[in-house]
Amino acid sequence: MNWKPNTFSKFANDANVRGVFFQVVLIATLVFFFFWLTDNTLTNLSNQGKSLGFAFLSGTAGFQISQTFGTWLFDYQVGTSTYLDVYFIGIANTLLVAVLGIVAATVIGFTLGIMRLSNNIVFRAFATTYIEMLRNIPILLQLFFWYFAVLRSLPGKRDKLEIIPDLIGVNITGLYLPAPVPQEGFVYSVIAFALAILLTFGVKQYAKRVQAQTGKITPVFLIGTALVISIPLITFLATNSPLDWNTPEFKDSGPMLRRGYQSGSGMILVPELIAVWLALSLYTAAFIAEIVRAGILAVSQGQTEAASALGIRPNYTLRLVVIPQAMRVIIPPLTSQYLNITKNSSLAVAIAYPELVSVFAGTALNQVGKEIEMIFMMMMVYLTVSLLTAAFMNWYNDRVKLVER
Amino acid sequence: MDSKMIAVAALVIGAGAGFFIGKGNKEVVEVEKIVEKTVEAKQTSTLDAVRSKGFVQCGVSQGLPGFSNADDSGKWAGIDVDLCRAVAAAVFGSGDKVKFSPLSAKQRFTALSSGEVDILSRNTTWTMTRDTQLGLNFAGVNYYDGQGMMVPKSLGVKSAIELDGANICTNTGTTTELNITDYFRSNNMKFNLVAFEKADEVVAAYDSGRCDVYTTDRSGLAAQRTKLTKPDDHMVLPEIISKEPLGPVVRQGDDQWFNVVRWTLRALINAEEMGVTKANAASKASSSKDPALLRLLGKEGKFGEELGLSNDWALNAITAVGNYSESYEANVGPNTPLKLDRGVNALWSDGGILYAAPIR
Ligand SMILES: N[C@@H](CCC(=O)N[C@@H](CS)C(=O)NCC(=O)O)C(=O)O
Repeated sequence: MNWKPNTFSKFANDANVRGVFFQVVLIATLVFFFFWLTDNTLTNLSNQGKSLGFAFLSGTAGFQISQTFGTWLFDYQVGTSTYLDVYFIGIANTLLVAVLGIVAATVIGFTLGIMRLSNNIVFRAFATTYIEMLRNIPILLQLFFWYFAVLRSLPGKRDKLEIIPDLIGVNITGLYLPAPVPQEGFVYSVIAFALAILLTFGVKQYAKRVQAQTGKITPVFLIGTALVISIPLITFLATNSPLDWNTPEFKDSGPMLRRGYQSGSGMILVPELIAVWLALSLYTAAFIAEIVRAGILAVSQGQTEAASALGIRPNYTLRLVVIPQAMRVIIPPLTSQYLNITKNSSLAVAIAYPELVSVFAGTALNQVGKEIEMIFMMMMVYLTVSLLTAAFMNWYNDRVKLVER
Repeated sequence: MDSKMIAVAALVIGAGAGFFIGKGNKEVVEVEKIVEKTVEAKQTSTLDAVRSKGFVQCGVSQGLPGFSNADDSGKWAGIDVDLCRAVAAAVFGSGDKVKFSPLSAKQRFTALSSGEVDILSRNTTWTMTRDTQLGLNFAGVNYYDGQGMMVPKSLGVKSAIELDGANICTNTGTTTELNITDYFRSNNMKFNLVAFEKADEVVAAYDSGRCDVYTTDRSGLAAQRTKLTKPDDHMVLPEIISKEPLGPVVRQGDDQWFNVVRWTLRALINAEEMGVTKANAASKASSSKDPALLRLLGKEGKFGEELGLSNDWALNAITAVGNYSESYEANVGPNTPLKLDRGVNALWSDGGILYAAPIR
């Protein structure tokens, strides 16, 4: 009988069979690798008398955390708050700088990108110098620069620089603003605000219909702005202005230590947050500017000419012809910049801003020593935030991308 | 990738993480028990590893004068550094067979447990948590310290009890953070903590006026004070708010290496007690009749061999860095910029608490 070798060679030459074979080998290797990794980790841990587990999260944290958005949001209390609270505080502070950074970097970046294409030589030179300088200096150095530049240039703790007398002032301990204290009935203003936004969407739909039928253009933006401002404002006034302001209090007499802005009064932005925000947004803006420039240049001159040949006015040309096409080029690299901001925010540990890496993977990790669990939890946060950002940007990209007909 | 897939992936991972965190504990422990039973705990010997690579990898600070600090040419010095050199000399006969890894307070324990360094000799406080929960072992104490506070003289504060409402700068990942919180809590005072990863940033921030108070180990204050623009404008408050026994640390589960480090430190202290110095160690070894001294210097008994070293291990260590007192005086003593008196760090026979178990 001689069918055996035949079958073998038949199988060996079948692309499908080979494919399955190699996939099985790959999976087996992976499974083995992970088993080996887990096994080794657990052995090494138990050799050191350590174990895996997340029970530590319910332990109370015995350290103070710098007053920030996170400690305020989760009402951090030493001795009662747990390590899980510390985790959430870290996440909140990370998200805060990430969001602030993304907004500021986008605004600055778009402005610079357009300036760089401007016909005005001063604008162009400024934008070019800015971009070339900032994107070539490591972000960590910029962080230190801003932090210590901010600190060194501000008045000391017992002095202040008033931006609006008695309301907004700044010194080395932070930027002090009046804190809003909602009173009973403030909800109505919030509801009115939400309704105004819904209404604006309604107006937009309506305007679309009107334009389709009659060709008339309704000034949606103006109407919307008017609605969003006036409706909540009227509600607010009608309900007797139910909002108090806690203004920052400043003392310049009494014992030396007590002078300066009083804690518990007003709202404070600590210099660490300001420095991280400045550094992240100014640095990333340089990259965004280049992305925006590339995006606009990618729209061929012919498009503008065609638009004017059709009699479309120049400001509409920009809004309806150039920008939508430029966006297609801009969005994907812009997404990476947003992801970079989130990830770079972890550098803030260097200047004492209590974000996730600093407060959870730093302070807390040193107290409980659960490296594997805590680094895993930290990675999950960055991964989730990055994936969600990417998902959102992809959704937006799908909306603006060229629909081929 | 399309946006829906990414969103789903994010949710799945998020939910998975939540599940793992919420429920994982019990299961992980179970898995671990099984693994523990089936897998023979394999001991890796640090001493063998050190021997085969030819040097000791020692974790030190990123620059704390007197304890561990690199000069302009990159040469490390300090009492913590001397301990590493002594261990290297005990193992290899030469105090130069050592490499240093500068570590921040935050990185240090991970660096040690992951095997990146063989010894952590970095002004590290011996606490119960660190000893029992971090998988580490403290091999002794080479400096008994306590936490202090430094303020600008212009603040007009005479005691820590007046510090209600102060801004305080310090390092993350330290006992310092915990002690200062305890102190303010127990005295019913408020404060704001600004915690940096690196000591240099703490100094710079305090120097610029970001904080009213700089708190750390008192020895650390003495060292960092030298870096301020006007050291004389600052004062250390009288309160000592904690006990900070600082000493070398090794990984738990390797008794041999633990013993090498522990007894090297003891040899240096015993050497001071017996009057053995860097200069006279060799001659004493050949001429002395004192049996305790002969045991220390390897002329009697097989103490070195029992440690897994050669019998002249302690002689080599002392020849490399001198006895405890020599190292102290050269690095942190009254004639150095730190100007620290021996105080409690004197030998028990001189009124201090330094007391090393005998070599016999
Ligand atoms: N002994 C304390 C504090 C140790 C510590 O990190 N101190 C700081 C401030 S003195 C330090 O050594 N900095 C020097 C550096 O980071 O290089 C502990 O073990 O937690």
